Amino acid sequence: MSQNTTCVIIGASHAGVNLAFALRKEGWEGSIIIFDKDSKLPYHRPPLSKKYLELEDSIQNNLLKPEESYTKDNIDLQLGVSVVSINTEERFVQLDNNSVQHYDKLVFATGARAFIPPIKGIQQAKHVFTLRNANDVDGIRKALHTSKTKKVVVIGGGYIGLETAASLKKLSADVTVLEREDRILARVTTTYLSKFFDELHRANGVSIFTNKNVTEITNTNHVICNDGSAYEADIIIVGVGIRVHTELAESIGLKLENGIHVNTKTETSQKDIYAIGDCTYHYNGIYDRFVRLESVQNAVDQAKVAAKNICGKEIIYETLPWFWSDQYDIKLQIVGLADGHDDKVVRVEEDKKFSIWYFKGKQLLAVDSINNAKSYVLGTKYIKTKAEIDKIKLADPASDLKSIVVINQNEIN
Amino acid sequence: MANITFITSNKEKIVLEGDSGNVMQLAVNNGVQGIDGDCGGVCSCATCHVFVAEKDIDKVGKASDIEVDMLELADDANEFSRLCCQIEITDAIDGVELTVAK
Ligand SMILES: Cc1cc2nc3c(=O)[nH]c(=O)nc-3n(C[C@H](O)[C@H](O)[C@H](O)COP(=O)(O)OP(=O)(O)OC[C@H]3O[C@@H](n4cnc5c(N)ncnc54)[C@H](O)[C@@H]3O)c2cc1C
Ligand code: FES
Repeated sequence: MSQNTTCVIIGASHAGVNLAFALRKEGWEGSIIIFDKDSKLPYHRPPLSKKYLELEDSIQNNLLKPEESYTKDNIDLQLGVSVVSINTEERFVQLDNNSVQHYDKLVFATGARAFIPPIKGIQQAKHVFTLRNANDVDGIRKALHTSKTKKVVVIGGGYIGLETAASLKKLSADVTVLEREDRILARVTTTYLSKFFDELHRANGVSIFTNKNVTEITNTNHVICNDGSAYEADIIIVGVGIRVHTELAESIGLKLENGIHVNTKTETSQKDIYAIGDCTYHYNGIYDRFVRLESVQNAVDQAKVAAKNICGKEIIYETLPWFWSDQYDIKLQIVGLADGHDDKVVRVEEDKKFSIWYFKGKQLLAVDSINNAKSYVLGTKYIKTKAEIDKIKLADPASDLKSIVVINQNEIN
Repeated sequence: MANITFITSNKEKIVLEGDSGNVMQLAVNNGVQGIDGDCGGVCSCATCHVFVAEKDIDKVGKASDIEVDMLELADDANEFSRLCCQIEITDAIDGVELTVAK
């Protein structure tokens, strides 16, 4: 690898930034250039709906890396710059500041944007926010400060909507969550956990209404649902999921499928073009299927794998997914993917401290743990070692979690 | 204000001065190798594992329950292990020495 080669990374967030530093660690001697349309120094996204909002924290306290690190590792970080098109024949990217940049290796770390559903009046309504960037949160905080009623309607009861509801509650807002499905978190978890979070939010004074399909926002800022109900809102937060940034990838003909299709080496369908993080649809060897994940773990781990492959050290991506969410005094930690389970065991240690173990036959697929890091950690180990678990013992909180293994198969990691 | 010494896996000694926040932030902000802080300091990722020098363990304090549980993810954890995002920087920890886990 020569000093004259250039790696261009589109997107400077968890995936892109970790890739840049990992490339240097792996010995990449050429140039590294990262572009991001966001003009803030790259920051951690998870705190946005949590302590960044609640504690009115500064971005400076949430940086992925301090500014000097980029200079020290000779990483050319270009902020406030969008990549608008790509010429794969001549290998350059076109920027919105009218300049072009040549590349030898190109990486999509373009992540996703918040989805804005086609609700009548949403474009004209005042104080409507999504929550993906620091700017969104700054806007929410400002609106809250000037709001007299502090009435907030959150559209969508997923993790981000609920975390935002919890943070706003701590800022003394009057919060209502409207969920389209018949339970919150319907897209991402099972009924048991949905019920737990539903009760938690209600106990903290959040109003939750399910089966509410929002159809209109009126010019008096009332949120109207398909059943005719109306909710007054000074501030409206839309948390109904994301749309992967695939336009650029599509324009150069990369294979797309629920995101940018990559192989286990994070390579796209075209030579010398890679993709990592939220924007990828990738194979997970542990679960033997393709998935698209929205998590820091996936962004960081794929970045490390891409760095090695770009530097010519062949390695495949095979990691166990994990995720967390913090709401009030509750820490949810998830390891594995529960989809496809046919059995589950709930282990209750005490009030607000339990875990749910998901199985397919004898195989442990995933563990959700609530204020219960031990279950999370041992669950991680048991999934990795394909341990066979005594479900009766598991369900009994009096039995030690370390004594629940029947057979420990080969390590797969 | 506290001076904190980090010893990295390549035996580099780095002394840093901090006056607020947590030890993980101080390390990341100064590019201490081996401390990633992927979860941003909420005890969810275990990428900020350090060993506290034996002489300093009383000053720094032992790991909390959740830390002890999370530290089981690391094969080399011992009674001096801490997740340093959970160590607040105060005058009380001035002079401590932390070895970064591999
Ligand atoms: C509020 C919130 C809370 C979250 N909480 C958690 C949590 O608790 N735990 C967890 O594991 N995960 C959480 N996540 C998810 C996590 O933040 C994402 O998985 C992670 O940010 C993905 O990183 P990424 O780099 O792949 O993509 P992104 O973070 O989406 O970054 C993509 C970047 O690319 C830039 N970009 C895109 N196109 C272009 C272009 N053409 N030109 C220039 N720049 C471009 C964008 O501006 C953006 O900065 C949360 C996310 C949000 C929004
Ligand atoms: S930074 Fe994630 S556990 Fe300390």
